[in-house]
Amino acid sequence: MRSDGTRPAPMFLKLAAFGGLLFLHVPLLLIFLYAFTTEEKSYQFPPPGLTLKWFSVVWGRQDIWDAMWLSVKVASIATLIALVLGTCAAAAVSRARFFGRDYLSLLFILPIALPGIITGISLRSAFSMMDIPFSTWTIVLGHATFCIVVVYNNALARFRRTSGSMIEASMDLGADGFQTFRHVVLPQIGSALLAGGMLAFALSFDEVIVTTFTAGQQSTLPIWMLNELIRPRQRPVTNVVAIFVVAVTFIPILAAYYLTREGEHTGGAGK
Amino acid sequence: MTTAVSFQNVSRHFGSVRAVDEVSLDIAEGEFFAMLGPSGSGKTTCLRLIAGFEQPTSGHIEIFGATAEGVPPYRRNVNTVFQDYALFPHMTVLDNVGYGLMVKGVAKAQRDAKAEDALALVALPGFGQRRPSQLSGGQRQRVALARALVNEPKVLLLDEPLGALDLKLREQMQVELKALQRNLGITFVFVTHDQGEALSMADRVAIFNQGLIVQVGTPEDIYERPQTRFVADFVGSSNVLPPAFTKAAGGPERWASLRPEKIMLLRGSMSSPHKEMNARVTVKAVHYQGASTRLNTVTADGTAINVTAPSSLGKFAEGEELTLHWPASALHIMESEG
Repeated sequence: MRSDGTRPAPMFLKLAAFGGLLFLHVPLLLIFLYAFTTEEKSYQFPPPGLTLKWFSVVWGRQDIWDAMWLSVKVASIATLIALVLGTCAAAAVSRARFFGRDYLSLLFILPIALPGIITGISLRSAFSMMDIPFSTWTIVLGHATFCIVVVYNNALARFRRTSGSMIEASMDLGADGFQTFRHVVLPQIGSALLAGGMLAFALSFDEVIVTTFTAGQQSTLPIWMLNELIRPRQRPVTNVVAIFVVAVTFIPILAAYYLTREGEHTGGAGK
Repeated sequence: MTTAVSFQNVSRHFGSVRAVDEVSLDIAEGEFFAMLGPSGSGKTTCLRLIAGFEQPTSGHIEIFGATAEGVPPYRRNVNTVFQDYALFPHMTVLDNVGYGLMVKGVAKAQRDAKAEDALALVALPGFGQRRPSQLSGGQRQRVALARALVNEPKVLLLDEPLGALDLKLREQMQVELKALQRNLGITFVFVTHDQGEALSMADRVAIFNQGLIVQVGTPEDIYERPQTRFVADFVGSSNVLPPAFTKAAGGPERWASLRPEKIMLLRGSMSSPHKEMNARVTVKAVHYQGASTRLNTVTADGTAINVTAPSSLGKFAEGEELTLHWPASALHIMESEG
């Protein structure tokens, strides 16, 4: 049946939707709330008092700064690798015709469908078989496997919407390969790459499972949080960090959503 | 006269498909040259060979006397108007038109002035600040034309440029393109599958079929004196008559073509006129087309003959018996079969 937007939805549907929203977001709000509690050993409700002191505690803790810096570094490098390789792969798959092209495309997307634990274990055994010591770079490699996928998917969708004759037109008008990429290809896929890159960054920034297998002794921010939960003291510190992680991952995803939506609009209007 | 584009035994094969097969061709400078043929006949591949998007599998191509093989598209003084226009959606119309000058490093003020001139040339002055998405199909077509012409190409290639326009606009653009070509004196190479377009605009027409050029000539040559059955049928849907029929009608025992509009007809059992070739036929189908009526008829021995009759002759019915007659000069005896 066609929704004409005039009839109100049935009451039970409204209740179900509202209940679903509560279920998703109340725990999130509780996390925010307990960042301000004065009680540091247990999460009792309601909080006995509110304070901003945990923010200054976080500010002064070197282990948090180290974890955050590692997470930012890993996410940035993994995203950069994903941008370069993902774009190249998408360009090849969308433009060229070659044997096994569709299977190759599937292989690119597979890492995101694969459970993280499988990716983690396989990478860990690969690293140890090749005698590669665990380091920042092993974490980066692990994250790059799924970061490439989001960039690849975004770029591929955009390449497929871009008219192939535009590249030929550019060459025809005297632009060499580099000029064509700079003036025609990049503006066409730019917003898709930005969106893909932001998603990749967000994915990497809060990744736990693959990181557990590839990090060795280092802690990224999510790993640090996981370890912190076991400790009895200064619990609200974790909540403060959680607020920060939500901000860092949520903002890029929101931005990516709006960017790709706008891209679809201009892509359609160009036809 | 200088030769603008020369093909010498040029072939382009895609795997086992011979898209262009041993084509030899000379296009003169300043000529409006049309490549006409059904889809998949190799005409677009020929155009892409001139533009540099394809390289010949064998043979030799010269553009104004210089070898073209191995020269990339961006180093050829040749520009293309694409079938889908291929305008850059992220640029304004002015930046689109000025693109060729921009990548060559022409200063902004100068290229904007030249782009404005080019837009005026295609009757779109003042459209520079719009986006391609804000233009109609006909306007985009003109922008694509201006974008190519601003580079002052020696040869302009047009790949079915009027295919996406409606009939009225197409006829108007045909007139304008022709006038533009005359004024600029640039060699135009025009690919189309529309025979009316090719005949009305071109100085010379090459007919393509299955990767081969089957005939090259002026529009009159092609229309009046088709050399093969394919040309006769493809250009203007001529009647292709088998040797036995030609002989029975009073000609030599050869394949012949007979234009539907050159056939006169007598209705009912009136006697046939003297000295003219004639045939008795039965009407199989009637297609009313306004000013004229197209009749599909068939003779007693099964030869199909199409006739274009003025609508002033009244209505025709299926199964009606007619006598067709035509002057002997209307029957064109073809030189070769195929």
